[in-house]
Amino acid sequence: MIPASFDYQRAGSADEAIALLTEHGDEAKLLAGGHSLLPLMKLRLASPSVLIDVGRLDDLRYIRDAGDHIAIGALTRHRELETSALLAEAAPLLSHAAGHVGDPQVRHRGTIGGSLAHADPASDLPAVVLAMGGTIVVQGPSGQREIAIADFYIGFLESALAPDELMTEIRIPKLDVEGWSFQKFNRRAQDWAIVGVAAVRANGSTGVALVNMGSTPLLASGVVDAVKSGATAAQAAERATENTEAQSDINASVAYREHLARVLVRRALEESGLA
Amino acid sequence: MEITMTVNGVVQTADIEPRTLLVYFLRENVGLTGTNIGCDTSSCGACTIHVDGESAKSCTLLAVQADGCSVTTIEGLADGDTMHPMQQAFQENHGLQCGYCTPGMVMAAVSLLDENPDPTEQEVRLGLEGNLCRCTGYHNIVKSVLACAAEQSGATK
Repeated sequence: MIPASFDYQRAGSADEAIALLTEHGDEAKLLAGGHSLLPLMKLRLASPSVLIDVGRLDDLRYIRDAGDHIAIGALTRHRELETSALLAEAAPLLSHAAGHVGDPQVRHRGTIGGSLAHADPASDLPAVVLAMGGTIVVQGPSGQREIAIADFYIGFLESALAPDELMTEIRIPKLDVEGWSFQKFNRRAQDWAIVGVAAVRANGSTGVALVNMGSTPLLASGVVDAVKSGATAAQAAERATENTEAQSDINASVAYREHLARVLVRRALEESGLA
Repeated sequence: MEITMTVNGVVQTADIEPRTLLVYFLRENVGLTGTNIGCDTSSCGACTIHVDGESAKSCTLLAVQADGCSVTTIEGLADGDTMHPMQQAFQENHGLQCGYCTPGMVMAAVSLLDENPDPTEQEVRLGLEGNLCRCTGYHNIVKSVLACAAEQSGATK
């Protein structure tokens, strides 16, 4: 399978990438690691006429302690998240989950920015960043803006990124983590999650987010409310499917996905230390 | 678009369409057909090569993305007539049946040991999660990788 023809432009800087996006508008797609986009292009589900390669913007490839948050450059690869001592200490949920994205070959090339911007509800990292209450920093022709991750996902493969904006950084609040868990249920090790759950208990509150339970990555707001009101893990897990819109596919029916969501939320809460 | 990359130590320059996938560049432009195309959807790992020393699936990379990089394929592992220790270990432990997945398995396994020179059996199995063997010959593949790790750690001690 070979993608449809496109013009290839290699951006030498973030500013150049934004200028190219401004010039080409909706016709263009950004290429980072390419591990979400290229499969779609090979299947001709995506046929951008211009591909703007930002994969060499090494100044957007970093993991830094920025005081009250950890700053992660959008071009940071999964392998770098997985092996970062700083993340293992400050955001263990993220480094652990990054080690479960795809397989080693994918993790060598795929980036956190690419994964978040692709807005696939079946991806692991969007739910992880949702559970941790991260912030997305984007840059456009009129400068930089910050978007709370809870406001970032709009629809299937659709985010709040404007066509002329580039994601530059992901900010993860530095939390006093009491417990965390990442539950990914799939049939083969490298597969997408049939359902996944990311949970983190920190600073007296609990964040829980769901993978593949709707058209976007979802916060499990019912579960979070239940925990806040003093529910046990088992009681809170009963509310796992509130506001979800699971789809059926070759791997699972809606009823099975909802069952998995309840089971995995309970496991995630228990592993995070909730009784 | 003109690209230049080092493949198995030899500089290769070609004028290609931007949509050319790295695996096709390697097989058709450079003529190295040891890298197989299996699923063509980045699931099976048959097309695994190294880009700047790290395993990657060449069916899901554009050749232009590897422009300026150093690429190693299965043909670049052996030193003349002397097989790479991983190839030797696959031979000695019968780490293959039909052989189709083997180039990718060997390349993934070499990258795995670069990152983790002394893996447990479980770490080898997890480390090869991106490579499928249609013959289900995993047992001897894992045995081969563990044998190579033992051999190499013995050699460096």
